[in-house]
Amino acid sequence: MEKKWFTISVYSENNVGLLNRISGIFLKRHINIEGLNVSKSEIEHVSKFTIVVFTTEDWTRKIVAQIEKQIEVIKAFYHTDEEIIYQESALFKIASHLLFDERQIQNIIKESNSQIVTVSREFFVLAKTGRRHEIDEMHDQLEPYGILQFVRSGRIAVTKASMPITAMLNAYENQE
Amino acid sequence: METITSKKTAKNNPEKLRVSGAEAIIHCLLAEGVDLIYGYPGGAIMPVYDELYKFQDRLTHILTRHEQGATHAAQGYARVSGRVGVAMATSGPGATNLVTGLADAQIDSTPMVCITGQVPRHLLGSDAFQETDIIGISTPVTKWNYQITKAEEIPDIMAKAFYIARSGRPGPVLIDITKNAQFDELDFHYEACKGVRSYQPVAKVNEKDLDAAADLINKAAKPYIVFGQGVILGKAEQELKQLVEKAGIPAAWTILGLSAMNTDHPLNVGMVGMHGNYGPNVLTNECDVLIAIGMRFDDRVTGNLETYAKQAKIIHMEIDPAEIDKNVKVDIALLGDAKETLQALLPRIKKNKHEAWRNEFREKYEEEFKEVIEKDLHPTKAGLTMGEVVEEINQATKNKAVIVTDVGQHQMVACRYAKFDQSKSNITSGGLGTMGFALPAAIGAKMGAMDREVVAIIGDGGYQMTIQELATIYQNKLAIKIVVLNNDHLGMVRQWQELFFESRYASTVMTNPDFVKIAEGYHLKARRVTERKDLKAAVTEMIAYKEPYFLEVKVEKEDNVFPMIPSGASVSDIRLK
Repeated sequence: MEKKWFTISVYSENNVGLLNRISGIFLKRHINIEGLNVSKSEIEHVSKFTIVVFTTEDWTRKIVAQIEKQIEVIKAFYHTDEEIIYQESALFKIASHLLFDERQIQNIIKESNSQIVTVSREFFVLAKTGRRHEIDEMHDQLEPYGILQFVRSGRIAVTKASMPITAMLNAYENQE
Repeated sequence: METITSKKTAKNNPEKLRVSGAEAIIHCLLAEGVDLIYGYPGGAIMPVYDELYKFQDRLTHILTRHEQGATHAAQGYARVSGRVGVAMATSGPGATNLVTGLADAQIDSTPMVCITGQVPRHLLGSDAFQETDIIGISTPVTKWNYQITKAEEIPDIMAKAFYIARSGRPGPVLIDITKNAQFDELDFHYEACKGVRSYQPVAKVNEKDLDAAADLINKAAKPYIVFGQGVILGKAEQELKQLVEKAGIPAAWTILGLSAMNTDHPLNVGMVGMHGNYGPNVLTNECDVLIAIGMRFDDRVTGNLETYAKQAKIIHMEIDPAEIDKNVKVDIALLGDAKETLQALLPRIKKNKHEAWRNEFREKYEEEFKEVIEKDLHPTKAGLTMGEVVEEINQATKNKAVIVTDVGQHQMVACRYAKFDQSKSNITSGGLGTMGFALPAAIGAKMGAMDREVVAIIGDGGYQMTIQELATIYQNKLAIKIVVLNNDHLGMVRQWQELFFESRYASTVMTNPDFVKIAEGYHLKARRVTERKDLKAAVTEMIAYKEPYFLEVKVEKEDNVFPMIPSGASVSDIRLK
């Protein structure tokens, strides 16, 4: 089966041990976590894990079933890139003198739609939000001039279709 | 910290009790109906043991001789009684010694709650004496685990522990309790857990899928049932029998499904899997509808998945959604509890007999009987076979015993030939294949069914992994009958070496001690049989004996277990020799 990018969204109770449980599911099957983000969700006291994997749909489905089996997981979904709106963020720390010595850098900033977050005597920091290939392109363009530090966040995503979590939780509250 | 939103029901417990965390743990156990726990004391769990001392009239604690023994005893107890088994240990090595039992209970879906002591909260993460991250270690082998660091968490977390262990697909739960939480006081108030919002233990049976499944079964020419432990855990034995009889469907079992259906039932065709029966394996690839009930298509059952039941439509009745399409793609998945599913299915099923199809199983059985079974049960060669020992036990116990087995050749032989006329009677380590399981599991099995005969059949290898539990048996005067089938080898590994590694017997030959003397050292009545003429009398004497009894039978050293599906081969390619 063909390998693809899948974004797994996990709605869970906020529990310290859960990340360990979830990562173990990937570890056991030798499937690399390509991106991971943990944040609050649209529902109070419910956390959301966004996990990106590059594997087959069959494996993704089995992994999601195993994740959903964990006691603290309310519901887990997986989606292809076409089914979601997604972004990643990156920070580039660059020596300040380059801003004046290398004219091209200013063009890169403009063309990449990135923002200057801070400027000091020694360095400035660029922030870029976008799809991974856009961040990769910007990285490739800046690399020849020297990047002091680089970091990219895990993917964050919302789905085009609705996620029926609230309805599920309401159904639980209402059942006897 | 409250981490799981759960529903509770108020019990008749309006008064608040000011107690220590340690005492609260005892009250929680009592509230859950626990009257028996297995364990081993140590520094970090001492406050709880001090309370156990005070409550010993209501809560029996059995001191095993190793923490692993405590888990297997709790498992054996759970498997015969259907109740949650409880094991307790201290922090550090006490806790890590539970891991094998946890893994065994996880893969074999056994309800168990393990309680471990932990260093005080202020020492967590400091590499304190006997500190180990048992939460981290046990995460992959527990259904749920949790570390309690404050006394007031105890009632809520314990209630959840028992609820999670026993509901849905059962499994082990580990609760780690720091020593400060055992000493500190709380206002005790217990409410049994009735639900956890992020956890749906049982799905509702889907009516449409039931109709489709019934339609397939009713139209089938060669329907075939393979049932597993889900039938036992779901208390669906009667419903299974009704389905089998009404529709005239031959039914085979996985190793953990054994005893869910009377082994003498005419439609019980035997065991599937690597050392299962010939017909049940071969005919898996000839049936037109395969009905899997409460089983999970383990690789030891299916052999090569590429050639497993490809011709058949497959119906899978299963409680755990993660098992659907995990190993075998199925045509209809009936998610839910086995009993409820079968009850809903039965009225939709038409009566049938399938005589010709059943005959195919009989014919295959005849072949296997001539080639294998007759030689195992009624041997004419000099050396004793494991099969004839099991057959003698059947006769002496009139098929009424609980049979506890370890792992290896003796296990396969015992499961192939042991006869059962009631459920929850076959206790073995199936999924994990834990050598050393049987002796401690027999302790729990006996205490879970005191009025029943419990016979532990063990190989000479596995026996020595937990042999120290003989002391537990003696101390507690448990009338367990222990049969060691001694071939002076790690028999199953030796068999593989003979068949697949050109008889290079790497580390499988055992120079054993005098097992009779060892048993006698533990004050047990003991006997050794080396010749066929003495076997019947010895087994009869053992079963008649009212106290624990140890019987060593010296069996043929290099016998092989057949039939056999070689690893990675198809169920069709099962070998009779």
